[in-house]
Amino acid sequence: MEPDRQQELNAELQTLRPDLLRFARLQLRDAGAAEDAVQETMLAALLGSHRFESRSSYKTWLISILRNKIIDIIRSQSREIPASSLADDEAGDDLLTASLFDQRGHWQPATQPGRWADPEASFEQRQFWIVFEACLDHLPEKTARVFMMREFLGFETDEICKETGISSSNCWVVLHRARMGLRTCLDTKWFAGAGA
Amino acid sequence: MLSCKQATGLMSQEQDRPLTVPERIGLRLHVWICAGCTNYRRQMNVLRAACRRLGSGGTP
Repeated sequence: MEPDRQQELNAELQTLRPDLLRFARLQLRDAGAAEDAVQETMLAALLGSHRFESRSSYKTWLISILRNKIIDIIRSQSREIPASSLADDEAGDDLLTASLFDQRGHWQPATQPGRWADPEASFEQRQFWIVFEACLDHLPEKTARVFMMREFLGFETDEICKETGISSSNCWVVLHRARMGLRTCLDTKWFAGAGA
Repeated sequence: MLSCKQATGLMSQEQDRPLTVPERIGLRLHVWICAGCTNYRRQMNVLRAACRRLGSGGTP
């Protein structure tokens, strides 16, 4: 690689560092572990920059390295989730469910989901992603961990069961809870509000 | 007939596993007559698309 190009990438790496750190923190919810994952990613990127092909964006390439580092960290730590600890997450969920549905399990008139106008247009706005990340961060910790493994790290549910020691039916319940919480948060904070 | 609450459970699970034939039929019937759940189902796909986008570094 040309020295100029190399310098350009190094500068871009510095610029993207906060984005990487935010992503790692979101996934790991542990500032120290997130810092480690980002350090290792930056080192791998510096050493392996000749492997970067400019067909994809540099950020996409970095995130894919980071994602693998995060998966390594999750696999190396004992990430077992005791079933009892999921109960803490459930309490808040019951409140949400009660506010959304009536006793027969139908939507309350005020909470029946409306249409989300043009989500693709929202995806192009920086502000949307700030709200989206805040909503992810707002999920209870264990619920979030399972959701992140499924949606960001690409685990299938049986792999999640193996890593966390929860049953597959429990896993589906947790994912359902995560999606419902995230949907409600986005609905309130973005789509139904002034954002969209 | 499924309640909306049950339907939302299936709409999440269809993101994680293939639904059984009775589940699929039950859900299709429910969504057909329920505007709230029709929107909810679309929103499940929006969530997945947003996660893919964020997870691939494709955000602005």
